[in-house]
Amino acid sequence: MILTALLLLWPALAALLVLLIKGPGAKKVAFVAALAEFALALVATSYFNIENGGIQLALSIPWVESAGIRFSIGMDGISLLMVLLTTFLVPLIVLSSFKHDYENPNAFYALILFMQTGLIGVFMALDAFLFYFFWEVALIPIYFIAALWGGENRIKVTFKFFVYTIFGSLFMLAAFVYLYLQTPGTHSSDLFAFYQLQLDASTQGWIFWFLFIAFAIKMPVFPFHTWQPDTYTESPTQATMLLSGIMLKMGIYGVLRWLLPVVPYGVSEWAEFVLIISIIGIVYASIIAIRQRDLKRLIAYSSIAHVGLIAAGIFTLNEQGLQGGVIQMLSHGINVVGLFFIIDIIFSRTKTREITSLGGITQNAKTLSIFFMILLLGSIALPLTNGFVGEFLLLSGVFQYNGWFGAVAGLTIILGAVYMLRMFQGVMFGPKSPVTEAFTDLTFNEKAVLIPLVIMVFWIGLFPGTFLSISEPAVGQLLSIINR
Amino acid sequence: MREIVMPVIDQEMALLCLLVPILPLLGFILNGLGNRKLAKGLVSFIGCGTVLASFLISIYLFFDFLTNDSRSYIVNYYDWISVGTLRIGFSFLIDQLTLFMMLMVTGIGFFIHLYSAGYMSHDENFGKFFAFINLFMFSMLVLVMGSNYVMMFVGWEGVGLCSYLLIGFWNKNTNYNNAAKKAFVMNRIGDLGFLLGIFLIFMTFGSVSYPQVFAEAVRYAGGLDSGVMIAITLLLFVGAMGKSAQLPLFTWLPDAMAGPTPVSALIHAATMVTAGIYMVVRSNVLYVMAPTTLEIIAIVGVATALLAATIGLAQNDIKKVLAYSTVSQLGYMFLALGVMAFSSSLFHVLMHAFFKALLFLGAGSVIHAMSNEQDIRYMGGLRKYLPITFVTFLIGTLAIAGIPPFAGFFSKDELLAHVYEHNKVMWAFGLLAAFMTSFYMFRLLFLTFFGTFRGTVDQKNHLHESPASMTIPLIVLAALSTVGGFIGLPAVFSSEHVLGDYLAPLYDYARLVNAGALEPLHLDHATEYMLMAVSVGVAVLAIIIAYVMYVSKKVVPAPEEERLSPIHNLIYHKYYIDELYNTIIVRPLMWFSSAFHRFVDVLVVDGIVNGFGKLVMQSGRSLRYAQSGAIGFYVLVMVFSIVLILFLNFFIG
Amino acid sequence: MNHIPEVIRTIPLDYYLYFSVALFVIGVIGVLTRRNAIVIFMCVELMLNAVNVLLTALSAYRADANGQVFVFFIMAVAAAEVCVGLAIIVMTYRNIRSTDVQILNYLKW
Repeated sequence: MILTALLLLWPALAALLVLLIKGPGAKKVAFVAALAEFALALVATSYFNIENGGIQLALSIPWVESAGIRFSIGMDGISLLMVLLTTFLVPLIVLSSFKHDYENPNAFYALILFMQTGLIGVFMALDAFLFYFFWEVALIPIYFIAALWGGENRIKVTFKFFVYTIFGSLFMLAAFVYLYLQTPGTHSSDLFAFYQLQLDASTQGWIFWFLFIAFAIKMPVFPFHTWQPDTYTESPTQATMLLSGIMLKMGIYGVLRWLLPVVPYGVSEWAEFVLIISIIGIVYASIIAIRQRDLKRLIAYSSIAHVGLIAAGIFTLNEQGLQGGVIQMLSHGINVVGLFFIIDIIFSRTKTREITSLGGITQNAKTLSIFFMILLLGSIALPLTNGFVGEFLLLSGVFQYNGWFGAVAGLTIILGAVYMLRMFQGVMFGPKSPVTEAFTDLTFNEKAVLIPLVIMVFWIGLFPGTFLSISEPAVGQLLSIINR
Repeated sequence: MREIVMPVIDQEMALLCLLVPILPLLGFILNGLGNRKLAKGLVSFIGCGTVLASFLISIYLFFDFLTNDSRSYIVNYYDWISVGTLRIGFSFLIDQLTLFMMLMVTGIGFFIHLYSAGYMSHDENFGKFFAFINLFMFSMLVLVMGSNYVMMFVGWEGVGLCSYLLIGFWNKNTNYNNAAKKAFVMNRIGDLGFLLGIFLIFMTFGSVSYPQVFAEAVRYAGGLDSGVMIAITLLLFVGAMGKSAQLPLFTWLPDAMAGPTPVSALIHAATMVTAGIYMVVRSNVLYVMAPTTLEIIAIVGVATALLAATIGLAQNDIKKVLAYSTVSQLGYMFLALGVMAFSSSLFHVLMHAFFKALLFLGAGSVIHAMSNEQDIRYMGGLRKYLPITFVTFLIGTLAIAGIPPFAGFFSKDELLAHVYEHNKVMWAFGLLAAFMTSFYMFRLLFLTFFGTFRGTVDQKNHLHESPASMTIPLIVLAALSTVGGFIGLPAVFSSEHVLGDYLAPLYDYARLVNAGALEPLHLDHATEYMLMAVSVGVAVLAIIIAYVMYVSKKVVPAPEEERLSPIHNLIYHKYYIDELYNTIIVRPLMWFSSAFHRFVDVLVVDGIVNGFGKLVMQSGRSLRYAQSGAIGFYVLVMVFSIVLILFLNFFIG
Repeated sequence: MNHIPEVIRTIPLDYYLYFSVALFVIGVIGVLTRRNAIVIFMCVELMLNAVNVLLTALSAYRADANGQVFVFFIMAVAAAEVCVGLAIIVMTYRNIRSTDVQILNYLKW
């Protein structure tokens, strides 16, 4: 399908266009381009048959023909949801930056759009090497955004982030090369050729770890998470949004697409172990989040906890866990982008992210408080918001796997309330502090970012069927491949 | 056996059922968006009007239900969450229990809304208040109307949120915010139990919808007291402990008094805190199948009732006294549930809703008149200034003390009679709690309304009776507290127990499982008269002692700085339970938070990561000396290596 | 031009082998022992030419033109290399008035 190719390449083309525009016009062009991309994704959705669990809108053209490597892309329900999430969030992320005047705006926005191509490519790739290619394509722009427009410690922190993730990716590449060499005949790096492989259990065991390390670092799952709080804190907010809202979904998506069905024996051997570390990570990150003073760092740790729960749910390999994981990816993307944006709003007005030096904002900014509250409630999984659907399904999946695991993982709903409410109270309630004395409420532009997010919070919360039904056939198919 | 509830086909009924919770939600949206923009009159009209409409619709539904042979039905709106075999419908179940709770919630809710229109009229966030309290009505209605456990959980968490928002309503005050946060977090502890209970229900019975779960439970092979049943019921009960403030999760409720008084009346006395009782009655089949859990519930209930009553003896804040009294009365209700007197428990829920709402609103009226003074040590002699408040407060106090013919007498008596039949020791403890209840309530009444005024001159000049919008609810609730008890006359007076007969079909399934468990009382009339006489006697005795102490001897509780006797001190400080929780839970958690961050995360986990980096740097640092810069050396190494490779290749490879 | 291989074949292949090995070893020893950059350079050329001789001889004996094609490549590369290399040496000499490689050890750790 030409539509798929257009969807993939449009942001990269738009990036080139944006690069040519000098001055502040770049952000507007970038915004329009990102909106057009979202429209394209919606058009693609209209061509998509949600009854079908297989790959649709596929496109496969020769790339390195002699080596059996093809440029093949396509989407099933899970990919489609991820693509929709990406294309929905990128325009909002671009819009959220309108109040900033970054230096070299054309480069900044071109990098964002370029990264979008990488992200969409990851979610669409059906060839191992193509997947790896886009995996790295997505990393490079975010490295430059963080390293060029970030905070004080940016060089050190982003270097660590870059090396850490590349370190993981190389394991993935090694595993892919090995799998590729195991394919029969003239070899093929096609996803489905990988699914056909019949490897013995011990081989699958180490391949599992090679792939898992790459994905675990990206997500990140405890104990591979230490790059994340620093990177989130030092990056400009737009980069933090891209990282937390979309990029960490690459890791989870990788697990769903390239790990579970490829090495099912390896997974069944190690799933319990992964569940245990994920659950440790949930409690561990939640506890750490309680006493964080920096807002961004607090949300970063909460993000580790949320992702830990998604990972745990996915590795239960039951339908509720997987569906919960998919829906929670959407919810987490929406909530975390919203929360980081609110932190950005607060930071741009008060020049601080320290909870202790804020307070009483709700007295000046009613609208901001409402939006903040709704996103926070989504994040702590209050029923009828998006977070509940995901966490309910995930916890239900984990509980069915093992009741005790479910109980420990469930601590997240208590601890989540503790750290989130502590943060909200510290920032919004209480007496005003010197820096919040003259706090102004949301501008039109800021509302334009938050309103779509809040609508999605309630949409997913009230009518999750819209999204669950898109991923249901794909998840069913995934499960049938795993349980083959 | 009652037939399985059928889905309703009638579109009109479906719409009406939906309107009951949706109208307050609409009020929430309108008032929430229009906070400060709408006129106060309009805000209170929207706020009260929507609830009144819900109340009227509930009445209509109630009579419609009665005229249709009391056939319960399910209204399904859409599939909310559906994954694999887990299907959760957004649907309501209308049956005896639902209608009972709907009427109670919307009825009392309406009067409290009306009262709030007067009480909150000076507050700048008038619209916000009505928005939140309307949202509460929505959540509470979803809680009682939902047709499956997940819908109940939706309401369950929703009321928790509203409670949080309303306790912290005056959010400039850090103490209030802390109280709000504490309430939410403690409720969440319970909610986790509830949630795990739901998962276990789904795993065991393959559904979360009430009719299916109960039908499956009846067929469940494990029999009575199986491990799974005990686990399910205990987990659900943990939820109830949080929401209904039972031991050990009760400490949030007294702190919750930080919220505006109508909130204390509506949420923290009349409706939300009884959600736990609703839940147990709703799941009566499951509980009847787990006698061990029931025993635990009874013990927790009686312990809570006693503990809270003793704390109530020494409190000096008018709302705190009422709060501990609420905890204690909730303990009573759980005691009744524990002895399988489900209908009696609901009877007490309703009566308690009447008189406790009345007492809180009365207290609100006093606080309003006293310019926000809540300490009874600075009150006194108010009956002259606030006659209506005094009379209604007196009725409420008589009702809670269990003096016939007021509402509390009948419900408490019935409840204690069931306990007596079940376990005499628990009955004795229950009676002791009743004695204390009577004592501290009259202590409160005497210190507030009798004697001489002990406040400042300013306060004295400002004393006034509250406006009509506040006194009308008081009068209505006082009337209900007076005559409400007649819906459940004991067997000695009447062969017909209106409430009991109405609620009886709820236990059809439970009877199938454990036929002997839900029999009516077997007491002979002499015993019944004896029990009544004893409980009234105890209450009257307590009143006399209180009268002697606080009216005749004019004792006023000691001021803050005075040293108290050790026992008095212990009770005054609520057995130091808050301090205990602080020491064993909060502080260790904070310590772990810092320790995990500073030590484990930064030093160990990140240390290992950075260690890899350092290792690479270090090896680079040592190996670089091989780069001597002498070309001859390089070439020598090169030639040597080539020779070595050739050699190896030739002789080994 | 067919007679050139025949002329080459008039000498036994072994001789070519011994000759080119000797030439190559002389080159290696020269590189290892001499300090003058120009001499080292000439020794490198010696090694290259040793290989060229070997390639030509084998090509002639095996009647395979590929080897001689390689020789042309090597010559071309060697010429390019000489250009660059000599240029560097000339520049070095201008700067430090010497072509002694032992002095040129600034590029280290």
